[in-house]
Amino acid sequence: MAPIRVHGTPFSTAVGRVLATLYEKELEFELVAVDMKAGEHKKEPFLSINPFGQVPGFEDGDLKLFESRAITKYLAQEYADKGTQFKCGDSKTAAIIGVWMEVEAHQFDPAAAKLTWELAIKPRYGLNTDTAIVEEHEAKLAKVLDVYEIRLAQSKYLGCDCFTLADLHHLPNIQYLLGTQAKKLFDSRPHVSAWVDAITARPAWSKVLALQKQ
Amino acid sequence: MATPVKVYGPAMSTAVSRVLACLLEKNVDFQLVPVNLSKGEQKKPDFRKIQPFSQVPAFEDEGICLFESRAICRYICEKYTDKGNKGLYGTNPVARASIDQWLEAEGQSFNPPSSVLVFQLAFAPRMKIKQDQVVIKQNEEKLSKVLGIYEKRLGETRFLAGDEFSLADLSHLPNTQYLVTTSGRGELFTSRKNVGRWWNEISSRDSWKKVVDMQNKGA
Repeated sequence: MAPIRVHGTPFSTAVGRVLATLYEKELEFELVAVDMKAGEHKKEPFLSINPFGQVPGFEDGDLKLFESRAITKYLAQEYADKGTQFKCGDSKTAAIIGVWMEVEAHQFDPAAAKLTWELAIKPRYGLNTDTAIVEEHEAKLAKVLDVYEIRLAQSKYLGCDCFTLADLHHLPNIQYLLGTQAKKLFDSRPHVSAWVDAITARPAWSKVLALQKQ
Repeated sequence: MATPVKVYGPAMSTAVSRVLACLLEKNVDFQLVPVNLSKGEQKKPDFRKIQPFSQVPAFEDEGICLFESRAICRYICEKYTDKGNKGLYGTNPVARASIDQWLEAEGQSFNPPSSVLVFQLAFAPRMKIKQDQVVIKQNEEKLSKVLGIYEKRLGETRFLAGDEFSLADLSHLPNTQYLVTTSGRGELFTSRKNVGRWWNEISSRDSWKKVVDMQNKGA
């Protein structure tokens, strides 16, 4: 049994963030299914891994963690010398990568996650899309992407000139949104569009998508 | 002596005060540079060069410009490891992972509903903006659920990430300060035994008292 276990479904954006990191770092792991329809994530023993009752839950030997962005940071630190390095340069660049990781978490994700839910997930469950929410959050996301367009004209990736967690954390929501009307927000901004193409083409990300097809 | 780091923004801003608390815990000298939010100074091109989302804080240290309060806090802890509170961001990888986990919980689960309540209950009245009771009720319910989880956790450990005060606890100080002292909804925290005990402990720290003092003086 692999010491690294991820509890959750590969369709979850938060789980996808962790899976992408594991593949980038070339780490062995076990994906443990969580029956969300049956509410398994809201009961023990899942709650002892994540008391917030959300996926992913994560284990590495005896260590238990939750919150995808804490898990990816842990993996990058603990397995620093394996697979993708997620850095390019000194501690100054590391600080700037840290800034753009927070930008994803607090500027991009609130708008993108709402749009993913309305445009990509709800239709799958036969639920009606709320067009007012879509309009509101497309406008918010557009403003964020305007900042990204300027940034990506100066820097190949968000944090620096190499692919880092600051870029990776965007993948799950971006992938969903590319299959919806929100795709236009990315396509209409040339530097953003090129960045989206580059990060979604990474082999590690394709492996996550392959898990969704199983 | 090294040039003091610069923090741009008013102390009354929750995100700015998060950074100030961290600097004071770490005994790092700083200069607070005012930004007049009511005059829209944060939207001007000069400010947007250092903070492209037109928000406070912005931060500068030896030519590095940073923004996003939690990124700034992590940077301060990593650069000034040996200053002030050395365990603030953990002294080993497992401790740090736990702190990051609860910092993310603060950012993703605690911050959204508590920020809305801080705005609606503490700032809207001052700004003569009408409060939205539906929004207040929804966010009180969300925050209650989160505090229920904290109540259980804080019965198991003294602080969120473990038995030492950390960046994860510190990150909660700004919003909670407003909710406990200004909003009239402080019982969300004080009626819960473990959360109440935790709040008393973290808000009694000298570093936080200094921040509150700065806020009261209109810094």
